[in-house]
Amino acid sequence: MRFLLVEDNAQLARAVCDRFAIDGHAIDHASSLADAIAFVDTTHYDLILLDIMLPDGDGRDFLSRHRRAKNKTPVIVLTARSQVSDRISLLDLGADDYVTKPFDFAELEARCRAVLRRQGGVAQNRIEFAGVVLDSLEATLSAKNGTQNLRNREFRLVEIFFAAPGQIFSKNHLMDRLFSLSDDVSENAIEVYVGRLRKKLDGTGAQIETVRSLGYRLVAKE
Amino acid sequence: MKAIFGTTLITRGSMQRRLVIQLSLIAFLLSLLLFLIVQGVADRAASDTQDNILAASAISIADALYSEGGQVQLELPYSALSMLGTISEDRVFYRVNVDGTTLTGYDDLVVSARSDVSTQAEFSTFSYRGEPVRAVSVTRSVGSQSQRTLVQVVVAQTRLSLAQISYRITLWAVAIGVAFFLVATGLSLWAAHNALAPLNRVASAVTRRGPNDLRPVRAEAPAELAPLVSALNSFIVRLSASLARSEDFIAEAAHRVRTPLATVRTQAEVIHRSLQHSKNKSALREMIRAIDESSRSAGQLLDHAMVNFRADQFQAVDIDLRELVAETVERLSPTAELKDIAISVSDTGEDFAFSADPILLQNALRNVLDNAIKYSPPDSDILVKLFHDSNFHVISFHDQGRGFEGLNLENHFERFKRGSNVGDIVGSGLGLTIVNEVARAHGGHVKITSNKGEGACVSLFLPLA
Repeated sequence: MRFLLVEDNAQLARAVCDRFAIDGHAIDHASSLADAIAFVDTTHYDLILLDIMLPDGDGRDFLSRHRRAKNKTPVIVLTARSQVSDRISLLDLGADDYVTKPFDFAELEARCRAVLRRQGGVAQNRIEFAGVVLDSLEATLSAKNGTQNLRNREFRLVEIFFAAPGQIFSKNHLMDRLFSLSDDVSENAIEVYVGRLRKKLDGTGAQIETVRSLGYRLVAKE
Repeated sequence: MKAIFGTTLITRGSMQRRLVIQLSLIAFLLSLLLFLIVQGVADRAASDTQDNILAASAISIADALYSEGGQVQLELPYSALSMLGTISEDRVFYRVNVDGTTLTGYDDLVVSARSDVSTQAEFSTFSYRGEPVRAVSVTRSVGSQSQRTLVQVVVAQTRLSLAQISYRITLWAVAIGVAFFLVATGLSLWAAHNALAPLNRVASAVTRRGPNDLRPVRAEAPAELAPLVSALNSFIVRLSASLARSEDFIAEAAHRVRTPLATVRTQAEVIHRSLQHSKNKSALREMIRAIDESSRSAGQLLDHAMVNFRADQFQAVDIDLRELVAETVERLSPTAELKDIAISVSDTGEDFAFSADPILLQNALRNVLDNAIKYSPPDSDILVKLFHDSNFHVISFHDQGRGFEGLNLENHFERFKRGSNVGDIVGSGLGLTIVNEVARAHGGHVKITSNKGEGACVSLFLPLA
């Protein structure tokens, strides 16, 4: 997925870009309204993250221009002024959602996902492995023995495994991906979710294998 | 007087008392004048009546005079004297005086008269035989052209009855004066009260307000009070401008604080990913938690200021609570999904139209739901119910979390008060304060119930129509 971040604070922008890169997303950074307009005019983005206070204007102007141009790319506003009335007017102006700074990445991701799901515009929303299809829009796993709904964390776990079959993921890494940093979780919480996932993959061509003292990986059944 | 801002107003005199005293003084002077006028006019009328009768009597005696062979003769018409007797018990004296000798009557009734003939009756008052009398003297010339004699007719009457009449009139005049004074004083009390009524109206319009109500005063005031009311209103405008400035300041401060916090938090997350050592990881988690805590406090303080501000300028529109609840749930469901918490909404299908400030109400709903999510364990359910209870719309949020502990349930509405079982969950202690203030701004209230092991239930009660 390709994101555009419009944010004038260089340090914050760099940190956000780094953070997105960890999860393997491509992200461009525009530090002003003019840059943002230039980027949007030349490249297709799946989602735009927009700061409101910019050096050469108000992010809200960008929003209304964006909507007037019938550009369907969803916009999530990053705002520091969690003012109640601000939020309402942002949504009125055509923002799809907003996140207040400082934001939790897990939450930002969840909101991006929710917005994209509402939009129905994710390019590649089906991943297949060993005869099992993961639909990231519907959050379902389908195999020849049927389709199963996934709860949010289960889904995110499957997504991690399906994105890199055969790769070993440590418990620590999975915890980082699955839980918000402000959640208080123990390592065996991962075991619970892996256990549930195994149940859902039961009878399909795929399985999650424990690699002793290293972690888990997704493999095809022999 | 009521204490204002801790100090007592020093009052100097009462406008109402001063008005009443001044008006009563005027009324007293007017009554005195009225008394004097009534007495004077009545006295005058009484003595005029006596004079007229005296004159009529004297003239009728004079008309009865005739001359016979150079001698003045008189056949005294007794009706002339009885006419005097009809009006009172007073004694009557008379004398007909021909050239200094008494023709008939009392010799010692001497009234100096001009020697010439006059049709005018001349009146005088003097003491006769120890009593004050009123006398009239009429002079006539009697006889033929050649032999004319000047005859003076004097009729006098004591003034006893006049004194009685005068006494009665004085009594009446006093009664009228006193009555006038009483009525005028009563009217002045009423007038003073009425004149000051607009002042009281303005005062009570200001006193009735809540402590946060900064709308301009719109009480009906007469032109004389307009400067006072407009001074008051311009003061209110300045006060709310200064409040708005501090609100802008809070917003700006929040922005300044939150942007670097966002940088730190994001960088911490990036570093957290690259760390392997679990000790370092947990140290970084602590740091992130502290950042969350401070940003949440900043946000809640701002929301709290905003709620107060909007509650002051309360402007209601018609909304459907069902829609508002649905919006709020949709807005927070990504956060809930992160913890695999399912939010289910149910309503009784009744009419949930309500007149509210949607921004305030949504803020309250968001706070309640956000709390429920925060304190719920993963993989749990939150039930949101809309129903009617006697005179209220009720929106209840029931979770399966740890419930409220360690404080009286009511104390959770106080600022910065949190339960004893919050553990390490980030919070500012302002959420329920905001919810409670919003509910009260809409004429409703909040009820929280909590049973150990059954989660908590927070219900918003909003009045039906």
